[in-house]
Amino acid sequence: MKRWRTRLLWLLVPVSAIVLAVAVSSLVLLSIGESPVDAFRSMFRYGTQANSVASMINRAVPLFVAGLAVAIGFKMNLFNIGVEGQYRIATLLAAAAGAAVTLPAPLHIAFIMLVAMVVGAAWASIAGVLKVKRGVHEVVSTIMLNSIATGLVAYLLANHLRKPAAGSELLIATPQIPPSGQLGPLTQLGGEDLRSFLLLAIVLGVAVYVLIWRTRFGYDLRASGINPDAARVSGVDPNKMIMRTMLLSGAIAGLIGMSDLFGFFHAYTLDVPTGIGFDGIAVALVGLNHPVGIAIAALVFGWVDRAAQILDLQGVPKEVIIITKGVIIFSVVIAYEIVRRLVLSQEVKTAAEETRRLEEEKETVAA
Amino acid sequence: MAERAPAVELKGITKTFPGVVANDDVNLAVQPSEIHAVVGENGAGKSTLMKILYGMLRPDSGTILMDGHEVHFRSPKDAIAAGIGMVHQHFMLATNFTVLENVVLGSEPAHAGALDFGRARARIRELSESHGVPLDPDRLTEDLAVGERQRVEIVKVLFRGARILILDEPTAVLVPQEVVELFGQLRELKEQGVTIIFISHKLDEVLEIADSITVIRGGHTVKTVKPEDVTARQLAELMVGSDLPIPETRESTVTEEVLLSVQGLGVRVGERWALEDATFDIHHGEVVGIAGVEGNGQRELIEALIGLRKPDTGTVVLAGTDMTEWSTRRRRENGLGYIPEDRQGRGLLLPSPLWENTMLGHQTLYPFARGPWINKKGARQQTEHLIHEYGVMTPGPDTSALALSGGNQQKLIVGREMTAAPKVLIAAQPTRGIDVGAQAAVWELIREARALGLALLLISADLEELIGLSDTLYVILRGRLVAEVDPAAVTPEELGSYMTGATKAGAA
Amino acid sequence: MSWGEVDTGLTPAVGAETGRRLDARRVLLLLGFVIVLLSGVRWITAAPDLTSSGTYGAALRLAVPILLAALGGLYSERTGVANIGLEGMMILGTWFGAWGGWQFGATWGVLLGILGGTAGALVHAVATVSFGVNQIVSGVAINLLAAGVARFLSVVAFTGAGGGATQSPQVTSTLPRITVPVLAGGSFFGWESPDVLGWLERQHWFLVSDVSAMFRGFMVSLSILTVITLLLVPVTYLFLWRTRLGLRMRSAGENPWAAESLGVRVYTMKYIGVLISGALSGLAGAFLVMETAGIYREGQTGGRGFIGLAAMIFGNWRPTGALAASGLFGYTDALNLRSDPAVHALVLVAAIALVGLGAWYLYRRRFIGGSVALVLGVLAFVWFALTDSIPRQFVFITPYVATLIVLAVASQRLRMPTYDGITFRKGEQIS
Repeated sequence: MKRWRTRLLWLLVPVSAIVLAVAVSSLVLLSIGESPVDAFRSMFRYGTQANSVASMINRAVPLFVAGLAVAIGFKMNLFNIGVEGQYRIATLLAAAAGAAVTLPAPLHIAFIMLVAMVVGAAWASIAGVLKVKRGVHEVVSTIMLNSIATGLVAYLLANHLRKPAAGSELLIATPQIPPSGQLGPLTQLGGEDLRSFLLLAIVLGVAVYVLIWRTRFGYDLRASGINPDAARVSGVDPNKMIMRTMLLSGAIAGLIGMSDLFGFFHAYTLDVPTGIGFDGIAVALVGLNHPVGIAIAALVFGWVDRAAQILDLQGVPKEVIIITKGVIIFSVVIAYEIVRRLVLSQEVKTAAEETRRLEEEKETVAA
Repeated sequence: MAERAPAVELKGITKTFPGVVANDDVNLAVQPSEIHAVVGENGAGKSTLMKILYGMLRPDSGTILMDGHEVHFRSPKDAIAAGIGMVHQHFMLATNFTVLENVVLGSEPAHAGALDFGRARARIRELSESHGVPLDPDRLTEDLAVGERQRVEIVKVLFRGARILILDEPTAVLVPQEVVELFGQLRELKEQGVTIIFISHKLDEVLEIADSITVIRGGHTVKTVKPEDVTARQLAELMVGSDLPIPETRESTVTEEVLLSVQGLGVRVGERWALEDATFDIHHGEVVGIAGVEGNGQRELIEALIGLRKPDTGTVVLAGTDMTEWSTRRRRENGLGYIPEDRQGRGLLLPSPLWENTMLGHQTLYPFARGPWINKKGARQQTEHLIHEYGVMTPGPDTSALALSGGNQQKLIVGREMTAAPKVLIAAQPTRGIDVGAQAAVWELIREARALGLALLLISADLEELIGLSDTLYVILRGRLVAEVDPAAVTPEELGSYMTGATKAGAA
Repeated sequence: MSWGEVDTGLTPAVGAETGRRLDARRVLLLLGFVIVLLSGVRWITAAPDLTSSGTYGAALRLAVPILLAALGGLYSERTGVANIGLEGMMILGTWFGAWGGWQFGATWGVLLGILGGTAGALVHAVATVSFGVNQIVSGVAINLLAAGVARFLSVVAFTGAGGGATQSPQVTSTLPRITVPVLAGGSFFGWESPDVLGWLERQHWFLVSDVSAMFRGFMVSLSILTVITLLLVPVTYLFLWRTRLGLRMRSAGENPWAAESLGVRVYTMKYIGVLISGALSGLAGAFLVMETAGIYREGQTGGRGFIGLAAMIFGNWRPTGALAASGLFGYTDALNLRSDPAVHALVLVAAIALVGLGAWYLYRRRFIGGSVALVLGVLAFVWFALTDSIPRQFVFITPYVATLIVLAVASQRLRMPTYDGITFRKGEQIS
């Protein structure tokens, strides 16, 4: 099949998702008596302002990292739903550690990132060990670990890692990270800071791409996801692969909170955003587990989140976009299945025709 | 005798799949109460034809007649209702179900939705006794042996009042003694007025049991003959249309050097020993064959050799180095090749392009890898080399593996393993399920590699292949190597009786 | 053992060879030990809530949603469809249950809750059965979608009417409750009967009082939904193992290709299984609202959908197993809510149990498992001795830790439906 026809079919996936999402959201809006046209128009106007672009990117960066973490697991057929818990506990401990030391600027940043990655990996490794040693499916174990992490974070923050309250201060937070552990903004768009971690995130994305598609380890990982039996026979140790994948996924998950930590909060407070882990799963699914797709999906979700804020001011419940996002997720996964099957059957057909042609050629040559 | 309408007649059946014409104007007429064999090589179109007859597929054109009346089947349910029953080659049984549950599924006797176990049990016992097919309805299917499971399949169709039985390669998993039992049951059924369609490519068996034989080749009906009018050789030529490949081994190339030495290898699974005290050597230039019915320890032997399973006793020495403690990867990197019996399940990454499949098993070595990086260019080049050298029919190295036919997939796997110049190659069922042309090609490759010094362990259920290719031939039964036979002298029947333990020999 | 992987024989077949299966007699024996252990510790630590009728009553009440989720999961997985989305379907059940109960009354609340869960299940079924989407992906997506839908609907329906984005107005309508007369003091046509078991409980006699308390706990203030749920256990067994439809449904999970070849409509069976799982999850959500909180609150389900999955796994995909497992989880959940001293005492229970388990393992020459259990037991004992109470946050995580422990211990002895989690496409044969 012609290459461009294949590309066109694949394009159907995001296009159909957006179309369906817009359609369903419009229906929902109509059903509560709001005008979809007005809603979308104001979203667009608000969302394309300069400061909205900055906000979109700022929101997208943690989503992107989360998507990467989840996608690595997906590529190995491991469902690391525990990204949420991993990043929360990693962010807390990294913030506390970062506040406890003072190092020259680049080292301090690296140190905080290292702590985050180690903690994230360690938390994920619990699920890995349970799977490898006891056969516990990682979906249930990581979900349990999420809740356990929530409790643990609350406990640690309230009892051990909290900064001493000054006077009547009610804020529960870790101590402030000194300036050498902070990252100033890259630039400002329309008055809104564009957080610098963006650059590191891009580097991370490239690194993940190279790791998964260009290295031996990546080949082993992908093979294990496609056909674990064949991978074993080819020499991959399944237990080691599971552990390595979980550790890698957890380490990257640990970095989810870094953009906000370095660029805005400088401490772990109760305001640190939660739920990014789950959104990261959505982003990975919509991005079809490829760094480029994930980046696009993260930007889309980031934009939608930002643009929807204007809706509150107009009395339209902004929660409608949660439904939008949900529809996007489902449309993408369903459309992906359909297109995948279409493309494959086309390929089988073409290959079979080619093969017949080759065999006939061979016979005429032999004759 | 007056001309009775055939019990089943297929007229002018045509069926195409994308890129393939599976059946092209096929005609088949089966008389009542006869055993009618349909023969052809793999891929000739027999299975497709039977699926059409059983209602699993709809023909593009043509008609099906039963007792002279035209019928249309929209699903297996229609075929079942018309009295047709199919005993599949790959058993369609739920191992977690009891025999009773497997038999009645879809046609359950019931009172207002509740299963009538009493009636079901009685009927199953009745059928199994009257047809000489002993079965216990309450046993768990998982606990049954292969031959017993086939009986469940037969009772399954009888339970539904089948008067026409289609048996798809029924002897593929049986040894000669079990085949004799099966044939007895078939003759019994024939006495009771059942019509039997018997699909096979085992010509000697077909000549023994069939009343009438139809040959199919390349999707066409070639001829219908009576067994008394043809020899096996003539039948084979009708099937293949040209010269027959014979797996003959020429002069011995076995040398003194031992490349693989297995001593006292044992694998315990739960309470029992799945493999016990396996000891044999493979020399440079030698093909060692191991014959046995599936499930007698071959799997455990292979897994212990490949490194997928840690043996409980014994050692494995490759070219003088003890590799018993080595990981799979280390063994593969150090000269152990493997052609898996389940090519799609264990040998290929189906959705991936061919060049990624060529790497499989060798992904840490040049030319597929350079340091930690994979070398896509090298892999593609190697794949193109394979395509030419081994006759893999495909548009190119970027095609997905699943787009290839079974035979071409196997050629790719064989090629990739041989090109890696292993010291020892383990080949498990290397020609299962591929057409005769590809089979001949694989046999030739094995012979060539053997001449170049390869040590090959051949584990197969194809007795012809084993006898034809092996220099040394062992029989495995219940986890032990129970016999060593001379491949130049043994007959398939003798081999079969060693395989079932009917004849005992001194331990190898 | 994993969704999406068929046992290819590369690992030893689970259950068949790795030891005896858990059978009814051993389970009852185990239960007996546990009751004695709990009674003993209660006596030692004077933490009455460890075995009080209030705790058992709460345990039953908290077990119900878990059991419903477990049974729901069972129906779905027995037809071969893994359903991780039970949590999301339960969320829909809570929302529609609260809304229905608030608008129309308790009964309607329950019915709408069931419908809400079923709607979620329909999406899952369409995606996985008709389109062949990966079942775990679909389940996760359902959870995300359901939470979003609930939030959105709350904003639309509850704000300005006594509730808000994260909770509903109070649902004042309630469902009938039963208290058994004579034994537990229920009123009998207006006559306040004696509370025999309650009296026994208050004597604080070792074992006798504890057992009385247990029975009394199961007889006081029983919701009709609880009774229905408990009845569903034998009903599920009879339905799936003794009826024609049940056999066909199970065949879809054990070997869908065989079923298809015999004329069974596999897709239909899967749809039925998934829809039932949604209905039961929805019922669980409605129960949470009606019986436990009287209100819809965001996050109310608290992971019970997943704990229900764990209960299903631990129960080996059988109804009675699910009942036992849910009971265990309900108990830990109840202690969580009831009192700190009881949770503290539970640590002692765990310590003794671990030490006992360790000794048993060592006796059977399983040295690694034995030493690990012993060490953990000693650590638990030290923790118990050195502390007065367990921090609130740790109490909060008890059910999740319990789930992990249960899964870690039990996962390898179990047998899931053969083709659970495998995508089945009509007409395609696995070669």
